[in-house]
Amino acid sequence: MKIEDNVLLDLIETKSRVLDVGCGDGNLLLILKKNKNINGRGIEINQQKVTECLSKGLAVIEGDAEKDLVNYPDNSFDFAILNQSLQQFYNPRKVLNDLLRIANKAIITIPNFGYWKVRLNLLLKGTMPVTKTLPYNWFDTPNLHMSTIKDFYFLCKIDRIHIMKSISVTDNKSSNINYSNLNIKNLISEIGVFLITK
Amino acid sequence: MKLNFENINKITINKDLLLDCGVRLDKFDIAFETYGKLDKNKKNAVLIFHALSGDQFVTGLNKVTGKEGWWNLVVGENKPIDTKKYFVICANVIGGCMGSTGPKEICEGTGKPYGLSFPVITIKDMVKAQAYLLDHLGIKKTLAVLGGSMGGMQALQFCSLYPDKTFTAVPIACAASHSAQNIAFNELARQAIMADPEWDSGNYISAGKVPRKGLAIARMAGHISYLSEQGLQNKFGRKLQEDKGLQFSFDADFQVESYLKYQGYSFVDRFDANSYLYITRAMDYFDLYKANNGNLSLAFKNTKIKFCIISFSTDWLYPTSESKKIVIALNSIGAEVSFVNIVTNNGHDSFLVNEPKFLDTLKGFLESNYEDFKNEN
Repeated sequence: MKIEDNVLLDLIETKSRVLDVGCGDGNLLLILKKNKNINGRGIEINQQKVTECLSKGLAVIEGDAEKDLVNYPDNSFDFAILNQSLQQFYNPRKVLNDLLRIANKAIITIPNFGYWKVRLNLLLKGTMPVTKTLPYNWFDTPNLHMSTIKDFYFLCKIDRIHIMKSISVTDNKSSNINYSNLNIKNLISEIGVFLITK
Repeated sequence: MKLNFENINKITINKDLLLDCGVRLDKFDIAFETYGKLDKNKKNAVLIFHALSGDQFVTGLNKVTGKEGWWNLVVGENKPIDTKKYFVICANVIGGCMGSTGPKEICEGTGKPYGLSFPVITIKDMVKAQAYLLDHLGIKKTLAVLGGSMGGMQALQFCSLYPDKTFTAVPIACAASHSAQNIAFNELARQAIMADPEWDSGNYISAGKVPRKGLAIARMAGHISYLSEQGLQNKFGRKLQEDKGLQFSFDADFQVESYLKYQGYSFVDRFDANSYLYITRAMDYFDLYKANNGNLSLAFKNTKIKFCIISFSTDWLYPTSESKKIVIALNSIGAEVSFVNIVTNNGHDSFLVNEPKFLDTLKGFLESNYEDFKNEN
């Protein structure tokens, strides 16, 4: 199990209703179902992966979250999960707010553009960074809106989103982020995980 | 074609069936087939609903026509709906013409075929009749109810009427109500049948006639709507029947013309024209929105059924947008719903042809739920 999955697992309450947006092959939903007995649903844009999810007994809808989230009623889930795909939406701000309309709490993970290796990559090479968590060239990346952990904090502030918990993940280790260590965590975190609510 | 109606397996249900039109049938016949074996705990039953032109002979040989079952590709041993694993049931709808009570059967009062004196039936009536069949077979809850096109409508109607009688449902290539375009196509078909002088106001059987032309044209119109523009183009394009070029006549110059004629006239051999009127009418009347004051979600309120909605990208008869409406309605009440839109060129008919992604989805969904259903208390 990946360290991020473990971090997410800790954040999710037992028997809660969970919507995994961009659930892929359903691996995380399956882990949550087994370990936390959740009532899970997924949205996935790739039809092959949806079919895979169905063969695992998961309820998954083929669709584009950007268009389809509007069809979900308010407060229909306890948790919405957006695992490393916020940066791929045309309008991440709208998606974020939609998630918090649909679910009580949302768990967002982002690849941190403020990570020192990313910064160094750009500083020394002078080209768009290509790293483990950002493996794409600029011309074929699905990532439209890269941000840092600090950037995410800023958006939450202006949209009055409450960050209940924020966790830094680097090299299979996780640690808490807070306002006092934000600058340093923004430098040393590969991935940021946020538990948010409105 | 020689038809053999003697081998039809049917039962008479001696119970009242109050039809939507207000008529009460005090008994009715249901012709059906089963495939595979029912488990001891009765948790492997799959009820398949057939479409407009279908019948109870899902797989193997059709005992009446001697031809292959209409879903041979999907149902059978080691096929996606594996009859080594599941007990598959399929019944001819009432109003149909393969042995269930319908317009071509003899009315006891008159000793003649019902013809147009048969009451107008609805999708709900068809479903109620099949629920009686489940009772007869001793099945309280099926693993799945499923079907394509009108079969999908029956699946939706079944779930709405009997939320506790099935564990899952797979409505395929269907809609929760008939659109104006759907009704228009059906009306075209009905008018073609009724315009045929051989139809004889619906009394053609007693008069020893067959409205071949009318029914064939009805089927041709239907066939066009089952295929996509691209599918037709790929299959036929402007290809001619003869190498000699255009014949400057009104015979079938183009291959697509001869294909349609063949589809139309071969259909006449096995299908009853009045049944075509009744069944298309039932489809036109189907409207789960209206039945629930415009709110489709109410049709499935508090449902525990797991749904898998499947649509096909080039189906313009029951377009993906119609399936999505069903998904949204189910989603908004927190129902366990999955949805897949299969990208294909095969139009509405996709569920009847080899469409690997569709078959994989169906197989995977059934298998995983079979395990869950077995473990359910």
